[in-house]
Amino acid sequence: MSAQMVGAVAASAGQLVLVVGGAPLLVGVMRQVRATAEGRAGAGIGQPWRDLRKLLGKEAIRPEGSSWVFTAAPLVLLASTLVIAAVAPFLSTISPADGAADLFAVVALLMLGTVSLALAGLDTGTAFGGMGASREMTIAALSEPTILLAVFALSARVGSSNLADIVAGTLTSPARILSPASLLAAIAFAVVIIAETGRLPVDNPATHLELTMIHEAMVLEYAGRDLAAVELAAAMRLTVLLGLGANLFLPWGIATSVEPLALLVALVALVVKVGVLGAGLAVFEVFIAKWRLFRVPELLAASFLFGLLAVSVSFFLA
Amino acid sequence: MTEAVFVQLLDLICGGVLLTAVLSLWRRELAAIVRLLVAQGILLALLAALLGAREHSTELYVAAAGVLVLKAIVLPAVLRRVLRDSGEAREAEPLVNVTTSLLAAALLTLLAYGISRPLVLLAPSATTRALPVGLAVVLLGFFVLVTRRRALSQVIGFLLLDNGITTTAFLATAGVPLVVELGVSLDVLLVVLVLQVLAARMRLTFGRTDLDELRELRD
Repeated sequence: MSAQMVGAVAASAGQLVLVVGGAPLLVGVMRQVRATAEGRAGAGIGQPWRDLRKLLGKEAIRPEGSSWVFTAAPLVLLASTLVIAAVAPFLSTISPADGAADLFAVVALLMLGTVSLALAGLDTGTAFGGMGASREMTIAALSEPTILLAVFALSARVGSSNLADIVAGTLTSPARILSPASLLAAIAFAVVIIAETGRLPVDNPATHLELTMIHEAMVLEYAGRDLAAVELAAAMRLTVLLGLGANLFLPWGIATSVEPLALLVALVALVVKVGVLGAGLAVFEVFIAKWRLFRVPELLAASFLFGLLAVSVSFFLA
Repeated sequence: MTEAVFVQLLDLICGGVLLTAVLSLWRRELAAIVRLLVAQGILLALLAALLGAREHSTELYVAAAGVLVLKAIVLPAVLRRVLRDSGEAREAEPLVNVTTSLLAAALLTLLAYGISRPLVLLAPSATTRALPVGLAVVLLGFFVLVTRRRALSQVIGFLLLDNGITTTAFLATAGVPLVVELGVSLDVLLVVLVLQVLAARMRLTFGRTDLDELRELRD
């Protein structure tokens, strides 16, 4: 095994640990920012971790009559997100599993997690589970094509759908960041992040009100360590998507080699970028209300249009 | 100014023009759409100024100043006045719902790209390659014209259409002669003023500016 390979595996393991450890902290930071902006004291940024520890100590109660689908869903969700966290270019553009860091593979993995959770929601046979699953699939069906289109606009000029290649390509010619294609794609991608991770105005992560909840309705039947897995995976998906957005559109700081120093710089840069993006998202959420479910397709159609414009603009405006 | 910087600025401005046109399909409040028109007017003036800086032409600078005054100050002011007087015209009330019109906008943009390909191939350069943006804005303006009910929304469609034509003219020929530009601008101003009077009359007669009410006149 060459030194290059060892370094790449170390980088990959590093970003895995960073995402797993940092995801609940990111959620904590976002809640704290929101609480501060609203004039509340807030629970501190460590609260999501404390919640997870509490949940892990509890028994996982499963509803009567639910099948293995219900049991497996949190694991599938967690595992698919872990794979993305390991292969996507967060710290270094050199990855031991380069082939898996493909745009289509990453979107498919995201979809796998969404579908497994929706199936689990249906499996319980309760009204809430089915309702949450149907809403989640409506949103997923509209937002997945947008994610593909938005990143496709960036990959068209690199000539590869490999995420690491896209990031490296943007890094070598930073002028591209101010091109209309990447600005439009950035808007589309931001909307998709909001829709995929169930943030305002699409879904309210802090509610248990029957009319408004989407993600919460699906996971209502989970308890104990199953719930901990779902919560951790949800936080990780947010972190992974924000990290992808940060590195695709603002790739500065990411290591193009596997030198320890470059990796350390990349780590700090990633934490800062994701932290700032998350805090920005939290501040944005303070000022808006949740939209009616029927207006959500409008928002997603707009973001699809931005993605499509980004692709066509990247062809006609060179 | 180097070629690379010029191309980058040109692409950015054209992207901005397209973005403002699309966003005006998305927003419902007329006041927000008028703000988008102001932004688009400023972008058009920047486009003219950018081309002027490249060609070292005073005429284009004058055209840029004219565009700025007319499209970013005078016309939006007229629109705001109509909006304030009418009071009721808060919503754009499209005949086609917003989601469908956004998808239609996507198709229209692709169509603009398709039909302008032969034109671009005639003389490929950075400015002509941006031509589809101008055509797309023209088509989006048409779309707004045919799918909106209120008189004021239709004026906005008309202005989008005109902005698209101006963009196309600047990109295709580096600006039409100043006399023609002045004539067109005056025409647009007159049309908007006439439409303003028309909207005021409609409101006096029907109490609102829904164009469907005009059916009554035929009987």
